[in-house]
Amino acid sequence: MAASRLRMSPGLEALVIPTGALAAALVLFGVFVLLLGHSPIEVYRLIWEGGFASSFAWQNTLSRAAPLILAALCVALPARAGLMVIGGEGALVLGGLSAAVIGHAMAGLWPLGVQLAMAAGAVVMGGLWVMAAGALRQYRGINETLSSLLLTYIAIALFNHLVEGPLRDPASLNKPSTAPIGEASMIGTLPGMDVHWGLAFGVVCCLALHLLVERTPWGFALRIVGGNARAARLAGLPVARLMLAACFLGGGAAGLAGMVEVAAVHGSANASLMAGYGYAGILVAFIARQNALAIVPVSILLGGLAASGGMLQRRLDLPDATVLVLQGMAFLLILASETLYGRLRARPRAEATA
Amino acid sequence: MNDPGWMGVLIAVLGGALRVSTPFLFVSLGECITEKSGRINLGLEGILVMGAMAGYGIAYLSGNPWLGVLAAGGAGLLLGLLHGVICNLQRVNDIAVGIGLMLFGLGFAFFLGKPFVQPKAPNLPSLPLGAWSDSPQIQAALQVSPLFLIGLALALLLAWAFRHTRWGLVLRIVGDSADAARAMGYRVDLVRTLATGAGGFLAGVGGSFLSLHYPGSWSEGLSSGQGLMAVALVIFARWNPVHCFYAALLFGGASSLGPALQSVGITSGYYLFNAAPYVLTLAIMMTTCSPRRTLAGAPGELSIVR
Repeated sequence: MAASRLRMSPGLEALVIPTGALAAALVLFGVFVLLLGHSPIEVYRLIWEGGFASSFAWQNTLSRAAPLILAALCVALPARAGLMVIGGEGALVLGGLSAAVIGHAMAGLWPLGVQLAMAAGAVVMGGLWVMAAGALRQYRGINETLSSLLLTYIAIALFNHLVEGPLRDPASLNKPSTAPIGEASMIGTLPGMDVHWGLAFGVVCCLALHLLVERTPWGFALRIVGGNARAARLAGLPVARLMLAACFLGGGAAGLAGMVEVAAVHGSANASLMAGYGYAGILVAFIARQNALAIVPVSILLGGLAASGGMLQRRLDLPDATVLVLQGMAFLLILASETLYGRLRARPRAEATA
Repeated sequence: MNDPGWMGVLIAVLGGALRVSTPFLFVSLGECITEKSGRINLGLEGILVMGAMAGYGIAYLSGNPWLGVLAAGGAGLLLGLLHGVICNLQRVNDIAVGIGLMLFGLGFAFFLGKPFVQPKAPNLPSLPLGAWSDSPQIQAALQVSPLFLIGLALALLLAWAFRHTRWGLVLRIVGDSADAARAMGYRVDLVRTLATGAGGFLAGVGGSFLSLHYPGSWSEGLSSGQGLMAVALVIFARWNPVHCFYAALLFGGASSLGPALQSVGITSGYYLFNAAPYVLTLAIMMTTCSPRRTLAGAPGELSIVR
């Protein structure tokens, strides 16, 4: 009887394993703060309070989750086509830059039109940037992980060059920025909430891409390519086109994340765009196991952890890097827990035969 | 070349190459060992910063910068072993764990390093190799850290060891074909864990240079991504330790070209020079790779070249 209760379905496993790993990380983190002379219970309570307990906390959490969701899609979608792209940061900063340039050039026009143009520009820019990595893989045999990383450095250098050089707004003295897009073109908050529209963009993108990958013939072909590219080629699927499209859509999502940061938070493109969302998105995608729907709750969780940093600093005088330690522990344990899949089922079976 | 301005730029680039290349050199040699065993550690950025913090902290507390270097190596070793052990688990992706380790190392270093932002730790000594010259510029440029020379010796030693020692051979077998290594009775996971640990040690030492070389200090913005760049650098060097040395000089020179030109009034393109090594790496990969052939010299088991 015990064996049958312990036998887990894959769906349950996907819930229990990461949750367990997260709980283990919290315990480990508790020991860590205990060693530093703080009460773990107090720290947990403050993390809860700072990330999830009030409407203000939720607003902070969800605003941070929005770019994470979109950046994670940049990893998850190519991953379904068998590509390991880690260049979301590059697509994000260049997408944000394109959005800022378009927004400034069209300032004063019909706001919704400006916003659509900004989004479109960011998606195309980010999409093409990541697609370049896919094309290098397809036509030159260069590993996409490496090329996307190299392309990120090149993107950041280009971004810095343009923002501090040709595109710099002379009025931005202390922090070089592009010219502002103007208050009228900023994307506002969701009705009834104090969270900007970026969250809705992220959730809608996740839903749409989930349906595209899981429920359409195109998505089926994409998953075949991801499972076995050679078999897909023999079956006559357009492997190159599918891979490039997955890269474009993923990069486009990361570009959109840059647009959201510009149009909802910063109002222009500057160094604040390089907040590491592209790298954190890699981890979100892995924790979500490249599943577009799982990306949303994982991003919200990480957004909440990040949001609670300020609370720990104010109340307990812990460094703001405290939540980074917790995040790091959680990441490593959740990634390590990947090894448990399928084994939680295997053990009771062995008991049953014994 | 009579114009002293241009001569100054050249000397500044040379000096910058010697200085900036040292962390590159150590991190890339570490990554070279790790990748030779068939694994990739993208977490070296975190290890580098952790090493910088640990090195600075211990140097400050003990008053001896060399103890700091050792502590930095030790911290790097631990983080490298952590990466190695986690990646030994089945179905765990080494690239993702590397990114996780990077964030963990950064967070941990920022957390523990808070008390060391203000105090002044003793610096590592510099060797005045430019003492023969009357020019203060040349003297300043040739203030070489002993770590740089240690790194150079290490590069030569590693190149020899990969080729001529039993350890080097085992490492290369494990990196080129895990099946062959297993058939010969070697413990693949153990070799890879040790190789990642050794790589972490060197990356930690590279980090200590950042905080302990003149005018060393510890701050959160200390590294400008040298740890992540090292991954590109090793590919650029084709997994050859001696080439890692040249590549580190090149990357170091490229990143000091911008500031050097700025000193003679050329301010445009500052950031584009920083991008030059990456463009070059990408261009080299484009010309030498093809869909049928991977990079020459790449370890066969390395996930990123398959």
